[in-house]
Amino acid sequence: MSTPKTLYDKIWNDHLVSENVDGTSIIYIDRHLVHEVTSPQAFEGLKIGNRSVRKPNFTLATADHNIPTTNRDEGISDPESKLQVDTLEENCREHGITFLSMSDKRQGIVHIIGPEQGFTQPGMTIVCGDSHTSTHGAFGALAWGIGTSEVEHVLATQTLVQTKAKNMQINIQGELPLGVTAKDIVLKIIQTIGTAGGTGYVIEYTGDAIKSLTMEGRMTVCNMSIEAGARAGLISPDEKTIEYLKGRPFSPAENEYQLASDYWLSLASDEGAAYDKTVNIDASDIIPQVTWGTSPEDVVSIDGLVPNPEDESDETKKKSMIRALEYMGLVPNTPLKEIKVDKVFIGSCTNGRIEDLRAASKIAKNRKVADHVNAIIVPGSGLVKQQAEEEGLDKIFIESGFEWREPGCSMCLAMNADKLKPQERCASTSNRNFEGRQGRGGRTHLMSPAMAAAAAINGKLSDSREI
Amino acid sequence: MEKFKKIESNAIPLPMVNVDTDMIIPKQFLKTIKRTGLGKNLFYELRYDETDAPIDSFVLNQDKYKDSQILITGKNFGCGSSREHAPWSILDYGIKCIIASSFADIFYNNCFKNGILPIKLDESEVTKLQKAAENSLSFIIDLENQKISYFDKNINYEVSFELDKAKKTSLLEGLDDIGLTLAKVNHISDFENKQKSRTPWLYSQQIK
Repeated sequence: MSTPKTLYDKIWNDHLVSENVDGTSIIYIDRHLVHEVTSPQAFEGLKIGNRSVRKPNFTLATADHNIPTTNRDEGISDPESKLQVDTLEENCREHGITFLSMSDKRQGIVHIIGPEQGFTQPGMTIVCGDSHTSTHGAFGALAWGIGTSEVEHVLATQTLVQTKAKNMQINIQGELPLGVTAKDIVLKIIQTIGTAGGTGYVIEYTGDAIKSLTMEGRMTVCNMSIEAGARAGLISPDEKTIEYLKGRPFSPAENEYQLASDYWLSLASDEGAAYDKTVNIDASDIIPQVTWGTSPEDVVSIDGLVPNPEDESDETKKKSMIRALEYMGLVPNTPLKEIKVDKVFIGSCTNGRIEDLRAASKIAKNRKVADHVNAIIVPGSGLVKQQAEEEGLDKIFIESGFEWREPGCSMCLAMNADKLKPQERCASTSNRNFEGRQGRGGRTHLMSPAMAAAAAINGKLSDSREI
Repeated sequence: MEKFKKIESNAIPLPMVNVDTDMIIPKQFLKTIKRTGLGKNLFYELRYDETDAPIDSFVLNQDKYKDSQILITGKNFGCGSSREHAPWSILDYGIKCIIASSFADIFYNNCFKNGILPIKLDESEVTKLQKAAENSLSFIIDLENQKISYFDKNINYEVSFELDKAKKTSLLEGLDDIGLTLAKVNHISDFENKQKSRTPWLYSQQIK
């Protein structure tokens, strides 16, 4: 019998084009997602090198980072943003790449539309010039973010030169308590292993609590692998994965679906496969989580207090805690539930899917957004928006006082008009609470959609289970 | 890509941990369609105030570090987004070598694509070098021999560093990665043929 292999080992082996003498490997890339911010210089490089795109039909492009979430019919008013989006469209036309434009209802955040279109499938290697490409790992696809030079490399060769990462298993045992979500799991993971804990590893998430998640929840967990330092996160494909992909536009045709499904299921990590590192977390210990600082590892439970740097023995950590608290305008030992918010952002590639909007709408229904709060809902894609409207979620949100926007990355990184003003505090379902991430001087608290909706209603950080 | 040559320069001390790519180059500068011209906006929010005036206390605004080609910083440098604008802005500023106890994966990888040498050292070594950098001592970075050296009160200190052989060659020779891979295009075609028979649905995927 051959040595038991992990899911990562199997996908790696199945994509090995050749091994170089220097220890690196050429790895085949099955699918490539492209957006406007990290691609123009790559296409320019192709032009300079007089090279073409090897597999235009393995590439899917859309504009998401730079586009407005209001008044779409007026186009993009910022000339720099417009030039970037127009450049992408022009590059796609020139190279025969499918481009979903702002007016296409399938347009949305790359990491939402890949799975939605069935472009993302188990066992694939998928890359994109965006660190949250790890999202697609929820399907058992090896997916990771790359820089623009590598975007160019993939366009020209459909491969990347890589060194194999180590295997890490994060096992979430037991049952998740009621009202605790995928976002809480992943925030707990980042708090546990730290933002550099996964550096050099591909993380595979295992255990009952992971298996019990929907595909949407699994995507939320894999999405934030990069916040734990890992370029890729993976979950073994199972019946839920097969069911989710059935009948989607890019999914295998009916006559090939059984063959594909059999292959997908065979990719699951073998019994007894070896991991370089294993971390165990008990799901029943997790309660809704919130960040207090400026790093995604600055996580506390909602019933906790703002931490006190005086309790930290490591001098470097203490210094960065003091800096973070000052930036966040917080006083040590303040109960989290007393922190008032000014804005609420529900959306992003972490939490902009239909399930996220449903969770937020349950909290919003028949309640009003607090007077001092400005809350926006930004669906992850045109299709998520359409689905939500069919379910009447838009009406619930609008009646509560939320703004209902057009799809895009929006306030997750604030490249468009949606941003925080200095010192504004935001309950956000996105993935990064870095200084200035949502606007210069803006203060971000990361949390789940239900928690963000609860913060909107109460006007301060709140436990969604108590609403 | 330009070949990496021996560097002789003082070094900018930036003793912060988890410096993320939003801090290195904020999003408002990602709207460019060029690789050049980002150096003036490197560390923008640490470097300039709300009125775009330089903040005197920030290290990059101190005259003595104006021409430094080396940055010495804290662990997990370059975490966050995959934006290659981060190494582009660093290079455009004139920094060709970054020393830290650890780097985020994507950033680390992006450095080599742009001729920047990221050096990983033990935290205690980095702390010593930080001190030397604060005193504005001059360092020599010798990639060929994998050595950092500097003189302090007439004593010559040498620190060696580890580096993956392929990455070292790529920097020293300024290799064109795409050209190297395309030289193996036959392997790629062979792989595609093999994959097409093993997982045919990957090749029949169509937009409906």
